[in-house]
Amino acid sequence: MKRNSVLELGVGIFMLAGILGLVFLGLRVSGLGVGVPNDTFTLTANFANIGGLRPQAKVTMSGVRVGRVTDIELDPKWFDAKVTMQLDAEYDGKLSDDTTAAILTSGLLGEQYIGLTVGGSPDMLHDGDVIHDTQQALVLEELIQQFVSNMAK
Amino acid sequence: MIDHIALLGRATLDTLSAIGRAGLFLVQSIFCLPSREGFYLWVRQMHFVGVMSVAIVLVSGLFIGMVLALQGYTILVGFGADEALGQMVALSLVRELAPVVAALLFAGRAGSALTAEIGLMKATEQLTSMEMIGVDPLRRIVAPRLWAGFVSLPILTVIFGVVGIWGGYLVGVDWLGVYEGSYWSNMQDSVDFVDDVLNGMVKSLVFGLVVTWIAVFQGYDLIPTSEGISRATTRTVVYASLAVLGLDFVLTALMFGDLG
Repeated sequence: MKRNSVLELGVGIFMLAGILGLVFLGLRVSGLGVGVPNDTFTLTANFANIGGLRPQAKVTMSGVRVGRVTDIELDPKWFDAKVTMQLDAEYDGKLSDDTTAAILTSGLLGEQYIGLTVGGSPDMLHDGDVIHDTQQALVLEELIQQFVSNMAK
Repeated sequence: MIDHIALLGRATLDTLSAIGRAGLFLVQSIFCLPSREGFYLWVRQMHFVGVMSVAIVLVSGLFIGMVLALQGYTILVGFGADEALGQMVALSLVRELAPVVAALLFAGRAGSALTAEIGLMKATEQLTSMEMIGVDPLRRIVAPRLWAGFVSLPILTVIFGVVGIWGGYLVGVDWLGVYEGSYWSNMQDSVDFVDDVLNGMVKSLVFGLVVTWIAVFQGYDLIPTSEGISRATTRTVVYASLAVLGLDFVLTALMFGDLG
């Protein structure tokens, strides 16, 4: 079998295109960061009801994305949902400890995400701290129930 | 009546032995690549099976991405959720459309050609003469083609996905005016590399193996007449397409069935 360098070049470019495409799918499409484990800090918050919040959901402040939800589990002590989130390190020590976290929905049917609102306390939140003031997700059934019971009065 | 039952039994036995032959054929041919000679044969087949299929994959990927964006936009804008367009385009492409459509195109473009090529070799008794001069046709003809299909379909799938997402971008952002930032950021929020991209890759690896296996086996196992070649070529495309669609359901159920 004779070697054919044009052919080999074509196959090489083809395989390179595949690898580059996979890199594109990784970085641009699934938003995989390149080795940045250190520039985030962790906060947790307990919610009475998380609705449809899922890991990877975004954490925003005034609508600007500042981090993401990494873990959701049931807190066995209080039987509410314990949400762990990672925020960009530049906000470490900049958020007051009376910051509130609310579960919001983008659009009518969009994904649920966490919105943070800063309070006025002089003490700041640091890595590993807990946000105490939380607002649970709006559940449509509960809203309707309230509405109906108000109607009945 | 007895004749009919005998016919049914014969058909079942034939099918079973064909499956057995196909299995043996796969095992015998897939484990015999690593030699210098084999590598060049493989490169040749990569060129024919993979590189030559890039054009059709590029064009169809682009158009499928564009249609997805157009259709998705008209549906999503009714809910005021047109910002989720990127998410919709990327997830449907990466999880489903890129592996399946690329595999179907691959079966039509490369699979049928492989069957016809090997079938003609068999009909003109090239395979027999190879055996006679002591060259194993499984090693020389079949193995490079199998490996080339197995390697090149995932690459084609990646290319399909990338081009499709770009096509969705062209239509969604440049034409329909979805905000560019939310196109990409919604996509990045919802697409998970392992759950979505790598599962799509696993799908296309499976499809690559199955499609090339069916194509090469149909060529190797056909009745060596011109009619036999035409039937085997048709069977390749039909069986491979059905296998891809059926396996896709099974794989999707295994991968995403519990993601809810």
